[in-house]
Amino acid sequence: MALEAKNVSFRYHRRQPWILENQSIRLERGERLAILSPSGYGKTTLALLLAGYLKPETGQILLEGKPLPKSGLCPVQLIYQHPEKAINPRWRLKRVLEESGELREDVLEAFGIERAWLDRFPRELSGGELQRFCVARALMSGADYLICDEISAMLDVITQAQIWKIVLEEAKRRNMGLIAITHNRHLAERIATRILSLTKPPLPPTSF
Amino acid sequence: MKKLNNRTRTLLLTALLFVLLTAIYACGLLLSEDAVTGSFLNAKQPPSLSHPFGTDALGRDLFLRTLKGLSVSITVGLSASVISAVIAVLVGMVAAAGSKRADALVSWCIDLVMGVPHTILILLISFALGRGLKGLLIGIAATHWCSLARLIRGEVLQLRSQQYVAVSRRLGKSGGWILTNHLLPHLAPQFFTGLVLMFPHAILHEASISFLGFGLPPEQSAIGIILSESMRYLSTGMWWTAVLPGLTLVLIVLLVDKLGECLALLLDPYSAQK
Repeated sequence: MALEAKNVSFRYHRRQPWILENQSIRLERGERLAILSPSGYGKTTLALLLAGYLKPETGQILLEGKPLPKSGLCPVQLIYQHPEKAINPRWRLKRVLEESGELREDVLEAFGIERAWLDRFPRELSGGELQRFCVARALMSGADYLICDEISAMLDVITQAQIWKIVLEEAKRRNMGLIAITHNRHLAERIATRILSLTKPPLPPTSF
Repeated sequence: MKKLNNRTRTLLLTALLFVLLTAIYACGLLLSEDAVTGSFLNAKQPPSLSHPFGTDALGRDLFLRTLKGLSVSITVGLSASVISAVIAVLVGMVAAAGSKRADALVSWCIDLVMGVPHTILILLISFALGRGLKGLLIGIAATHWCSLARLIRGEVLQLRSQQYVAVSRRLGKSGGWILTNHLLPHLAPQFFTGLVLMFPHAILHEASISFLGFGLPPEQSAIGIILSESMRYLSTGMWWTAVLPGLTLVLIVLLVDKLGECLALLLDPYSAQK
């Protein structure tokens, strides 16, 4: 019962250097892993690979020993850093939630989403409010693994704490595997059971 | 009275414009041919109460002819621009969502059609299809989709790389679902703006092709026909034969433009709740 990256290598273009080389990660259900490393070390790329947004050039991403499903609901859900980009600006927020499943009163309650927000457009809410919708959308889909790519980096400390509280409670209740990608060592130590630092790519990924 | 808010006002204006345009269209359609057959006794009369737009050299009432002409113009303008806008959306999406080869083929076709002057192409198509309303319509529709198709292609390419589209796919949504729920609503403003911009183009092409004798038959009451007839009498001082029908044509184009603007205001989330 685990999400695994096996000897994964990836680069964005054949002429560019490897971003990840021979990277292996294993995450059990119920485990909380923090990935902590500076910018440009391939944290987001790793997140995109694990959630199936990108295909590794070599190596495999395995879920319970099998490759990730190509179509249909992916049991590994990714939450992005910028909620305003991950939500269709033309949709009222009710529709955003309904995209991943039936809307339930207790879910709204749990994520601190107010009824009045549901009929608004994304640009009428703040970043913290929008991020709650992204978290709710990812969790409502019934995912088993959650990857949080700097989900609280652009929020103030109080909102950060609220959002992490929701995520951690839900992950614990449903025995989910959680990967938190962050720059913040204190946050990593606080939420994770294990911390991983990526090694520096052989060359800086942007060499002009 | 309580002041209405912006959205309600825009909604009312949209409804009003829609009713007005439909009314003009219906008027022209319901007018019998007898109403636009005149007698030589009333020929060349300047505007008066009984003939608000005056009469032409054959004694036909120009106001009624203009009304009838406007309905022809609205038919041509609307159907030609709707058809070409639909073609543009389909072609643009095929180019953006299909294979690289499809994209190259479509882009080549766009360049090809854009490379030939519109008037010549419409003239040839209209002539080949036996002139009349059908020939004109198909001719105009077949030549006006290119620039909008190019715009839509770019838009779809950009939309496809959006995060929320990727998220939607990982939430298990099918390609068709994403197309109808994420992509098409984003294309609606481009579609409507393209439509509104194409409308006057289509009407003017109808007029010019009719003027050249390859479009509508000369006995039909079309704005293009009225204007080309008036050319012959302008120098004799019959200004009303050109000015008044011309002005109403401009007015219709402005009304359609305003209608498009109102629709955009209502549909766009950046202004929808103001």
